Amino acid sequence: MTNPSSLSAILLFLLLSVSSAQHNVRTERISGSAGDVLEDNPVGKLKVYVYELPSKYNKKLLQKDPRCLTHMFAAEIFMHRFLLSSPVRTHNPDEADWFYAPIYPTCDLTPTGLPLPFKSPRMMRSAIQLISSNWPYWNKTEGADHFFVVPHDFGACFHYQEEKAIERGILPLLRRATLVQTFGQRNHVCLDQGSITIPPFAPPQKMQAHLIPPDVPRSIFVYFRGLFYDVNNDPEGGYYARGARAAVWENFKNNPLFDISTDHPTTYYEDMQRSIFCLCPLGWAPWSPRLVEAVVFGCIPVIIADDIVLPFADAIPWEEIGVFVAEKDVPELDTILTSIPTEVILRKQRLLANPSMKQAMLFPQPAQPGDAFHQILNGLARKLPHDGSVYLRAGEKVLNWTAGPVGDLKPW
Amino acid sequence: MKLLSAFRSSYLNRRGSTFRSLDPSSFDGGFIPKSSPSSIFWLAIHCLCCLISLILGFRFSHLVLFFLFSTSVTNLYTTTAGVSQLLQLKPLERKTNVTRDRIRPWPHPNPIEVVRAHQLLQRVQKEQKSIYGVRSPRTVVAVTPTYVRTFQALHLTGVMHSLMLVPYDVVWIVVEAGGKTNETASFVGKSGLKTVHVGFDGKMPNTWEDRRRMESEMRIQGLRIVREEKLDGIVVFVDDSNMHSMELFDEIQSVRWFGALSVGILAHSGNADELSSVLKMNQEGKKALSMPIQGPSCDSSGKLVGWHVFDTQPYATKSGVYVDDTAAVMPSKMEWSGFVLNSRLLWKESVDERPTWVKDVNNLLDGNEEIDSPLSLVKDPSMVEPLGSCGRNVLLWWLRVEARADSKFPPGWIIKSPLDITVPSKRTPWPDSSSKLSVVTKEAKSNQAATEKLSGKPRGSKSKSYSKEKQEPKAFNGFKVPATR
Repeated sequence: MTNPSSLSAILLFLLLSVSSAQHNVRTERISGSAGDVLEDNPVGKLKVYVYELPSKYNKKLLQKDPRCLTHMFAAEIFMHRFLLSSPVRTHNPDEADWFYAPIYPTCDLTPTGLPLPFKSPRMMRSAIQLISSNWPYWNKTEGADHFFVVPHDFGACFHYQEEKAIERGILPLLRRATLVQTFGQRNHVCLDQGSITIPPFAPPQKMQAHLIPPDVPRSIFVYFRGLFYDVNNDPEGGYYARGARAAVWENFKNNPLFDISTDHPTTYYEDMQRSIFCLCPLGWAPWSPRLVEAVVFGCIPVIIADDIVLPFADAIPWEEIGVFVAEKDVPELDTILTSIPTEVILRKQRLLANPSMKQAMLFPQPAQPGDAFHQILNGLARKLPHDGSVYLRAGEKVLNWTAGPVGDLKPW
Repeated sequence: MKLLSAFRSSYLNRRGSTFRSLDPSSFDGGFIPKSSPSSIFWLAIHCLCCLISLILGFRFSHLVLFFLFSTSVTNLYTTTAGVSQLLQLKPLERKTNVTRDRIRPWPHPNPIEVVRAHQLLQRVQKEQKSIYGVRSPRTVVAVTPTYVRTFQALHLTGVMHSLMLVPYDVVWIVVEAGGKTNETASFVGKSGLKTVHVGFDGKMPNTWEDRRRMESEMRIQGLRIVREEKLDGIVVFVDDSNMHSMELFDEIQSVRWFGALSVGILAHSGNADELSSVLKMNQEGKKALSMPIQGPSCDSSGKLVGWHVFDTQPYATKSGVYVDDTAAVMPSKMEWSGFVLNSRLLWKESVDERPTWVKDVNNLLDGNEEIDSPLSLVKDPSMVEPLGSCGRNVLLWWLRVEARADSKFPPGWIIKSPLDITVPSKRTPWPDSSSKLSVVTKEAKSNQAATEKLSGKPRGSKSKSYSKEKQEPKAFNGFKVPATR
């Protein structure tokens, strides 16, 4: 008597699984090394206290130059605004797990809109001095339970030239704090072990405005728009992008499969949606907003940057989503791309089609669940609880307040 | 080396970007020279470097100085020799080795990889179509009435190409008036689709009125075939002179039982002047010109409320009667091509599935009463589904254009004997057409004609001289000089 009923149960189970499998063809769940954490809700997992700093550190800078809201380093401003109205914010610093100081170090712009990092170390230093003298929480851990958003080229090294940045290293006062930065490269001075890598800011409305219907067939094989030689700063070549971009140009400028050029068309976003692969080579720094654009538009990113650490690397399994090409392998790029099995490419496209993947790369206003703000909070939550050793005994000092170049010690 | 690195660092410091062009005051603290002997010394070295760069080139400056400093004076000659050697070597490395040895010796695409890339593109596009396109595509059953005439090749080629491009399965039912012929069979066979080619008794009449009637009967015959073969899919009435867009076939996939489309009417064939005069009359009479579209019409909520029909009244007297009239041809009230139906409506069995608002099709098909429009197949016309965003998208065009009554065309469009020259081309060296040439024998002709050719008579006279003469074929080109009209 049991046999027919168990048989029917098995049949039913099979039918259900078959029918559900058909629905899952479109997208796939994304789970990185930390597990299936992209859609986690950070509310309830941590509490963040936002210091009240004088407006000369934040609002006044923004008033002086509102372009800070639209350039690719705008994440620091929007993170501040998000935290002010977020449910994880607490007004009681004694129960806070993390402390946030709202400083905008990248908001000092040239007339053409590029940020100057020369005053940023002094600004950070002066802010930290303020925090440590007005509240006791900095001295308790010397900043180990504080986090700062430093989205500039080389993070908290505060310089745009790599050699200078390496020479400076991470600002000494920030050595114990958690840095939320866009720069990520393994075995690099400017990437601290416990840092959280975030994507650069890309304006979500602008990208939404250029969406095309998803049934438009993808007819471009490889797409790239940008500089190959930086004639202004690197006239002879060989320094910019460590020669990788120049190698791409010289090898593939005549290849009809590669739609690459320095010409920036108005249909840039639309063309990305018609491409299978989008190149994301390094420039002066290894990261670029192209990664965000490629993910949002469903184009598989081809990352040509040795040892790069991509945003939210523990939550997003980038090796399954993008294609990594070593800089020395650029001459064989076409062989590499055409030898990827079809199933792998289709799987990558399915992963990219996952809406939570696209959400995780964006900083929408107002914040939405699963977006980059929440991923940052998730990352901070995963670092909890703080290791007991970060708490210092009274009077104990670890940081060297006089380290660094002489110019940094001047007040701001 | 320390000097070299110092040089490099100072050199790199100088390489500020133009868009990062900074006033020297904002440089970070390393390099600003304060008045001190060491800074003056550095300044002097800097100037020297610039001078040498001017002479020797960008990178050589600090290299030269490195050599100058690293060796003693006695070795100066050897070092300068070494420098000159480097001068020869350096230009190759100018664009630094980082780029140069990363260029393939044959930077052209590998053809096998290109083919593979195209296969990838095709596969990705197929996947896109399956995800974002139609879920379960149904067969398209195209019913085409046709007959042999001059313009048949023009029309059927268009229809054949359209059907070959349809990304779904197609069954093409061709009903031919006057029986099956090889002409039509060749098109049907070339298409590579699943086809049913049947003949229909009776010659196609010469007036548009009668022709319309016969076409309706032929279409009914096609529907009978659908019923007999139990074809499963969507029946589309593909008239051979109509033009169909590809979106039409995507749109009809969404029909459930009976759908209606907007048909653009291209009635302005033949004599355009007459028609425009009629139009002018209309404008004077302040009558609203109706748009030449036949199709469903909906209200704001998308429900079908009526039909938009091309008003043929103003053109009644001016429209063509015979098939080869030059006047414009007007469509009937409701063209068959504007309707699509689910083939299951026509099956003998499964009467239960059929919606109640459709008449008993079996009676209609078996009987011989005249069906002039598919709407007579339904009891309740309001249940018809409007397609193409409620008729706002015109997905096909109706056109009737035929050749003159006495026009002939080569059977199968294959010419049996080689073509004759009717008009000589301007630059071809032409065999001379004067009468004395035709008398001379062939052998002598080939030489003389060659020389005559080169003598270059004016071309214009040749055409006149050709016209009423018959000449023998020349050996060197296969053209026959004709008896032209």
